[in-house]
Amino acid sequence: MIKYLTCALKWVDDRFPLTATWKAHLSEYYAPKNFNFWYYFGSLALLVLVMQIVTGIFLTMHYKPDADLAFYSVETTIMRDVWGGWFIRYLHSTGASMFFIVVYLHMFRGLLYGSHRNPRELIWLFGVGIFLCLMGEAFFGYLLPWGQMSYWGAQVIVNLFGAIPFIGPDVAEWLRGDYLVSDATLNRFFAFHVIALPLVLLGLVAAHVLALHEVGSNNPDGVEIKKYKDPNTGIPLDGIPFHPYYTVKDIVGVVVFLMVFAAVVFFAPEMGGYFLEANNFVPANPMQTPAHIAPVWYFTPYYSILRAVPPMFNSQFPGVVAMGASVLIFAALPWLDRSPVKSIRYRGAQYKGWLTAFVISILVLGYLGTVPSNVWGQFDKDIFILGGADRATVLARVMMVVYFLFFILMPWYTKIDKTKPVPERVTG
Amino acid sequence: MMKKLFLLLSLLLPLAAQANEEMHLDKAPINTSDQASLQRGAKYFVNYCLNCHSAQAMRYNRLTEIGLTEDEIKANLMFPAEKIGETMQVGMKPADAKAWFGVAPPDLSVEERVRGADWLYTYLRGFYRDETRPSGWNNTVFANVAMPHVLWDLQGEQQLKVTKAKDADGKEVETHELVLVKPGTMTPVEYNAMVADLVNYLAFMAEPAKATRQNLGIIALLVLGILFLLAYALKKEFWKDVH
Amino acid sequence: MANQEVDQSKRRFLIAATAVAGGAATMAVATPFVMSMLPSERAKAAGAPVEVDISKIEPGSMITAEWRGKPVWLINRTDEMLALTEKIDEKLLNDPKLEVPQQPDYAKNPTRSIKPNLMVMLGVCTHLGCSPTSKLKPGGEEGMSSDWPGGFYCPCHGSKFDLEGRVFAGSPAPINLEVPPHTYLSDTRLLIGADKEA
Repeated sequence: MIKYLTCALKWVDDRFPLTATWKAHLSEYYAPKNFNFWYYFGSLALLVLVMQIVTGIFLTMHYKPDADLAFYSVETTIMRDVWGGWFIRYLHSTGASMFFIVVYLHMFRGLLYGSHRNPRELIWLFGVGIFLCLMGEAFFGYLLPWGQMSYWGAQVIVNLFGAIPFIGPDVAEWLRGDYLVSDATLNRFFAFHVIALPLVLLGLVAAHVLALHEVGSNNPDGVEIKKYKDPNTGIPLDGIPFHPYYTVKDIVGVVVFLMVFAAVVFFAPEMGGYFLEANNFVPANPMQTPAHIAPVWYFTPYYSILRAVPPMFNSQFPGVVAMGASVLIFAALPWLDRSPVKSIRYRGAQYKGWLTAFVISILVLGYLGTVPSNVWGQFDKDIFILGGADRATVLARVMMVVYFLFFILMPWYTKIDKTKPVPERVTG
Repeated sequence: MMKKLFLLLSLLLPLAAQANEEMHLDKAPINTSDQASLQRGAKYFVNYCLNCHSAQAMRYNRLTEIGLTEDEIKANLMFPAEKIGETMQVGMKPADAKAWFGVAPPDLSVEERVRGADWLYTYLRGFYRDETRPSGWNNTVFANVAMPHVLWDLQGEQQLKVTKAKDADGKEVETHELVLVKPGTMTPVEYNAMVADLVNYLAFMAEPAKATRQNLGIIALLVLGILFLLAYALKKEFWKDVH
Repeated sequence: MANQEVDQSKRRFLIAATAVAGGAATMAVATPFVMSMLPSERAKAAGAPVEVDISKIEPGSMITAEWRGKPVWLINRTDEMLALTEKIDEKLLNDPKLEVPQQPDYAKNPTRSIKPNLMVMLGVCTHLGCSPTSKLKPGGEEGMSSDWPGGFYCPCHGSKFDLEGRVFAGSPAPINLEVPPHTYLSDTRLLIGADKEA
């Protein structure tokens, strides 16, 4: 039996680099031995991607991208008529939010240990591309259930493009394919969601992983393990083969993650209105906007930034620019960071302080994006400058400034930061 | 480790913050595993709601899940011409309804997931006489609602009593209170119980698979727990090489 | 690395145990995905049994009902038609004894029906799924040969069936036409798609 399998493997290997690929990316890919908690999220992101694709394929078998049929093809056909349909749908809807949780933590890991730094700039850029794609997927996909939040969310976002000077209204019309969000819009969003963006996403993920395996993984110490190799074997002294060591470790991470995932899917698929919003159980109605509309939680920091920028020259455009910049600025990170060290372990108080402020700004902006801007009322009329302004809006503006200063001042504060000496080899 | 936990918690913080409720809602005394209550609720729904509101995601044969047989469903809850596998449609045309009420009555299949059981329970008990409204009715939680009080002969007629009083700071505070001025065929206790049954049914109908979902969840977590123990032992065993 | 102390049998056991448990869990999760491709409740409702009024079928003629999107023939056979069918030489038929289960047990009888006069069968050719044309009249009147006992002729590939739906030897169709489950609700009402309740 073994003999025949070996024989079959050789037949394949003579024609396709199967064993070579296995070795290059798993059994002889040497990863630093000191990966910690934060290093689970890369493989978890890959897991969620696969789950979204598989559940998405099965949902596509029953979903109807037609303004008259879409809502009930979800609520009747998928949620009730199809065997296990509700399970597949909740996996997909929960997966969307989980994808963002995992990706945000994965990005934060990069900021902690300097994974965006030389020689990993391209990995970071592919990552930013993946993040943008993911936002597109989330936006297009959110229209498909054709509920009130789907409809008005798409309406608002498409109208952001309408704020572009001169060409805006035409661009918005071109995106919608109609004078309002309609059947035509639903159809094209469906095409983007189920085929166009997934293809780009898969390509970018492949590039992300290939680039990573070309230069090798970073680690919590931010040192290059390739510097010290066994002179006989050429294997990094601090490296261990990804398979079996990190495969067995990642299995543990996957199981724990799936427990959290299952807890949401089976016991709180709506997650208090954050994963599935109550108003999205109302079919889309172009004549009536829900009283309170807010984007899904993973977009709220950017939405807060959009709202925080006041209209200038009678145009919403500055807010749109600020929102776009808040996402795209991540791409500049490898070149903004001038610190001689990579890992937070050896950085000084400056970077630690700014990173903390940055995280706080995202959390506060994220929260403010879920509530109306008058949630805390207004400042008293007689306060200098601030008089009469919404308290929440003022806070959002402060936080937005912190958000951008983290990036803009980075070349300066990373340079003057008092760093600690970096060890030659990984610790612990 | 504590630091990491704290970070994770702070990331989840926005999830815990709930939007403030503007109005007071009574807690709906419902239990979707009480089949007798669900059966009564289904009967009330078919008799009182289904005349104007459809439930087009709900198939009649799904009522077997609340302990009814197909013959009972056919005999008690359906028109003879309808088939057991069909969804709960309404005879009224949406256009007619819009002409009569100014707005088409919404489909109620998933209404409980939109409003919540407490809102529905308070709403159905919150109608009061208001002659300024075309229907002659208004509602404490849904101001200027288009729907007339369909259950008025059961509940009777309520009026809204507004009393003004000064609180400790000397600010004027309005309190609103519903007073029953003309009794209906049911006592308030009976009426509340009936509305609870109806809301219970609406909650069941909004997600019939909910009970199955929660039962499967326990099994899924148990299986993952076992898997975790095995995977953890496997990892420990292999990582002996590294440490 | 302290490879010499590795307990290989323990590793093999743990790998096998994790693989089995993980595999079983994966199979369980795969179940709803596989099952989701079965006919949905909507399809089941659309494919539910249909009731047909059989009191208006003239003797010697037929009507076509629809069940699960397929034509169902209801033929009110006269006694002469029954006699002609009975006279057909069994050697001319592929399956005169109804050995292939193309009919419910209650229709496995000399007339291939519950009541001798009323024949119920699916009008779907067992060759490639065309719907045969009715040639009820015996003889050459409807373009058939002069010894034609009355039956059906498939326009696609020329399969021939008698009034019981039995296929004539030499036809491309291998087996008899299917008799769907059916039951009498009363003398005038027939339910197609359901067997008599036990």
